[in-house]
Amino acid sequence: MTKLNVNGNAVEVDVDPETPLLWVLRDALGLTGTKFGCGMALCGACTVHLEGEPVRSCQIPISAVGEKPVTTIEGLSKDRSHPVQKAWIEHDVPQCGYCQSGQIMSASALLEAKPRPSDADIDAAMAGNICRCGTYQRIRAAIRRAAEIKAGAA
Amino acid sequence: MSAIPSFTRRTFVGGLVIAMALPGCKQSPKSSGETKFFDPNAWLHIGTDNSITFFCDRAEMGQGVYTSLTMLVAEELGVSLERIKVEFAPPGDEFINNLIGGQITGGSSSVRDAWEKLRKAGATARTLLVSAAADEWGVDARSCKVADGVILSPQFKKRTFGEVAEAAAKLPVPKDVPLKPAANFTMIGKPQRRKDTPFKVDGSAIFGIDVKLPGMLYAALAQSPTLGGSVKTFNDDKARAMPGVVGVVLTSSGVAVAADSWWKARKARDALTIEWDAGPNGALTDAKISQMLRKGAAGPGRVARNDGDAAAAIKSAARVVRADYELPLLAHATLEPQNCTADVRADSADIYVPTQVPQIAQGAAATAAGLDPKQVKIHTTFLGGGFGRRLEVDFIPAAVEVSKALKKPVKLVWTREDDMTHDAYRPPAFDQATGAFDEKGNLIAWNLHLTGPSITARMFPSVTEKMVDPFAVEAAANYPYDVPNVHVDFQQQEIGINVGYWRSVSHALNCFVAESFMDELAVATKKNSYEFRKALLAKHPRFLKVLDLVVRESRFGYPQRGHFHGLAVMEGYGTYMAQVAEISLAAGEDAGKIKVHRIYCAADCGQQVNPDTVVAQIESSVIFGLSALMWGEINIQNGRVQQTNFDSYKVARMTDAPRIDSYVIDSGESPGGIGEPATALVAPAVCNAIYTATGRRIRSLPLSRHRLA
Repeated sequence: MTKLNVNGNAVEVDVDPETPLLWVLRDALGLTGTKFGCGMALCGACTVHLEGEPVRSCQIPISAVGEKPVTTIEGLSKDRSHPVQKAWIEHDVPQCGYCQSGQIMSASALLEAKPRPSDADIDAAMAGNICRCGTYQRIRAAIRRAAEIKAGAA
Repeated sequence: MSAIPSFTRRTFVGGLVIAMALPGCKQSPKSSGETKFFDPNAWLHIGTDNSITFFCDRAEMGQGVYTSLTMLVAEELGVSLERIKVEFAPPGDEFINNLIGGQITGGSSSVRDAWEKLRKAGATARTLLVSAAADEWGVDARSCKVADGVILSPQFKKRTFGEVAEAAAKLPVPKDVPLKPAANFTMIGKPQRRKDTPFKVDGSAIFGIDVKLPGMLYAALAQSPTLGGSVKTFNDDKARAMPGVVGVVLTSSGVAVAADSWWKARKARDALTIEWDAGPNGALTDAKISQMLRKGAAGPGRVARNDGDAAAAIKSAARVVRADYELPLLAHATLEPQNCTADVRADSADIYVPTQVPQIAQGAAATAAGLDPKQVKIHTTFLGGGFGRRLEVDFIPAAVEVSKALKKPVKLVWTREDDMTHDAYRPPAFDQATGAFDEKGNLIAWNLHLTGPSITARMFPSVTEKMVDPFAVEAAANYPYDVPNVHVDFQQQEIGINVGYWRSVSHALNCFVAESFMDELAVATKKNSYEFRKALLAKHPRFLKVLDLVVRESRFGYPQRGHFHGLAVMEGYGTYMAQVAEISLAAGEDAGKIKVHRIYCAADCGQQVNPDTVVAQIESSVIFGLSALMWGEINIQNGRVQQTNFDSYKVARMTDAPRIDSYVIDSGESPGGIGEPATALVAPAVCNAIYTATGRRIRSLPLSRHRLA
C-alpha cells in the first residue's frame, strides 16, 4: 500500500509504486478531472499541483510523490469559487473542455507565484498546455481577470 | 419528413427515468416514483415536478450545441436557459440531421438543421401547456402569457409547466404552430453563458475516457504499425503473467490486453510479441503518394462546375498563368485520445462513446457484438474534440469484442501514439490551377483541376456513385468571382490508406489553392489583391460587406513597419468570410521564421444564435488552421506514420497564438455554419502575406518545410 495526500485527504492505494500519478488519480481514486492527453508531458492535460507546483502527473511515479500534498482540479475549490474558475466562467473559456483542468491548474499555480503576471509570464507558464480548440486568447484574458479577482478587485 | 417527426413517440409515462445514465455531468436524473412526464416530442421531457429536460441530439465537442440548441428550444418554450437540463439523445430516426441524412454532428450544420425544427419543438410544447392551463381556467389560450415556465391568465392566475404537464399530455398535438418573428427574440442572438462551462472548470464533465462502470476492466490495444496491416501471430505469455492482467483478446483491430487498471493493460500490451502482416501498404511512402497523385492528375476528373468554355478561353487567351499546389496528409489529434466503453451481454449491450455519429456507432457495435442494432444502447458523452475524427467508428469494435469475450464491461483507451498513427487522415492533394486573361487584362477563365483520394467514396459510397464527391470540391465549385468561364473538376486518386473528414474538409484544401492563386493572378496583372477581388465580387453584396469590413478594420495594405498583410475570402456552410493576416519575418538568428501577429476575420453567418459562441468558433478555427499551416504533416514510410506524439506533430500553443479580432455582421439572413469555415482562410491569408513580405509564393504546406530566409 502506498500512502498519498490528495486534495487534503490521506489515502492509501494498492498499486505498483512505479505507476504514474495520473493513472492512480483517474483509475484508483476516481478523480477523472485530470486528463490523459499524451503520456509524455507534452500536452499538459494531466497537470496537477504537487506541493503547490504545477507538474505533469503522467510522468511522476507515485513512489516519487509520497505524502507530499497533491491538488487536482477537484480539490482546487469545492464550488468553482477559485478566482481562476470564476474568471474562466466569466470568459466562457472552455470549448470541448478536455484540456481545461490542466490549463486551470497551470494558471492557478502561475497566479500563486506571480499575482500580476506579464504576457511573457503567461506565455512561459502556459506554453506546456495544448488546447486543440484554440482557446488561448480567452485563457490569456481570463488569467488577467483572475489576477484582478484574486487581488480583490472583483 | 415532417418538421417534427416524433409524435409517434409522444407518451405519458409514470415514474419513468429515461435510460440515459450519463447526462454528460455527474448529476444523475432525479428519480421520483411520483413524477410523471410529458413528452411533446422527441426532444422535450417535462415533468410534473416542473423539471424540463432537453435531449440534445448533436454531440458537444466544443462548438457549443449544448447551449445553442437549448436556446432554440428555450426561446419558444418560454423558459430561461437555467431551467432546462440537457442530456445527450440516444440514436433515433427522429434525430436525423436533414442536411446530412443521418444523426450526424458535422458539416457545421447543427444550428442550420435545428433552426426551425427545435424552435417548433419548443413552440409546440408551449402551445400544449398553455392550452391545458387555459382549458382549466376556461379562458382563450391566446390571452395567456408565459414567463420563465409559468403560465399567466389575464386574471393573473398562475400555473407552472409542471402543474399542467399531465393535462397537456392529453391534448391533441397541433400540426403547425406559429414561431416568433426574429424581432421578438429574447434569447436568440443575445450572448448567453455556455451551459457546459461549469462542468468544464471543475473536472466534473464526463468525457468518454472518464466513464466508469461497476466491475469494469481497462483495455489497451496493439494495432498494426503499418496502416492496413494485420496480426499474423502473437505470443502473450509474458503479458498474461503480468500483474492485474485479466485477459488477452485477438480483435478485428489488433491484440487487446484487459487488466484491472489501464496502466497495467498498457504495460502488458507493450509486452506482447506480435508478428504483423504489413498488408498492401508495406512499401508506401510520401514520395509514392505524391507520385500517385501526380499520375492521377493526368486524367480528367468528374466535373463539379462548368460555366462557359474554360478550355477554349484558355487556348485563345492573351495570357495564361498556371500553378501547381500540393498539400500533405494531416492528423486530427483530438486531445482526448480515441476510446470506447462497452458492456456487452448475451442479448443486449451498452456502449459509452464520444461520437459524432451515434447511429453508425450503434451499427458498428451491433456488428461487433453479433446483436441487432435495436439491442445496442449508445450513450454519447462529451467529446474531447471532434474535428471530424469522431465521425469514424474504428475505435468501437475492439472494445465491444473484448467485452464480449471477457463478459465484463471494458473501457478501451488508445494511447496518443495509437491515435496519431491510426487516424483517418485529411486527404493529401495535388491541384492544378489555371487563369487566363484577355488583352485588356480581364480574367476570362479560371480552371481548377483537383486530384486526391475521396473520403465520401469510402464513408458514403452511394453518394459518389451518382456525383462528384461534394466534400472534395468545396471552396472550388462555389468559386465566387465573376469570371465568364469557370471549370472545376475532381480526379479521385486513392492512395491505399483511409482519409477522413477534417475540420472544414475540402474548404481548407481548396481555399488555400483558390485564394493563393487569386493573389497570383492579381500579381500577374499588377493589381492590388483587394481591388482585384472587389471588382470580381461586384454582384455579391454579402461578400463585399465582409471584404470591405475586414479591409477597413485591418487597414489592409498599411500594416505597421516590418509587418505584412495577406487577404483571403471564402463562402462555406452558408457563411461569408474574409480574413486578413498580419505577419512578420524574423531577422538574425531566427531569420525567415514567421510570426503571425494578428488575424482579422469578418463573417456574415446570417442570424446568430449565441454570438459569443460565434466568436469563439472563429477563434478556435483560426488556431486549428494555423497549426496545420505552420507544422501540420503526416509522413508515411513503409506504410507507417512517422509522427507519434505532440513532439513530432506540432500544434499551436499559447506562445504561437496570434491576436484574433472577429467582426460579425448581423445580416438577418438564415443561419450559416460557424464551427469550421474560418479554418480554411488562415493558410491563404498568411501565405499571401508571405508573398508580400518576401516575393516567395508558397504552393505547398506546411510552412515548416520552407526556408524563407
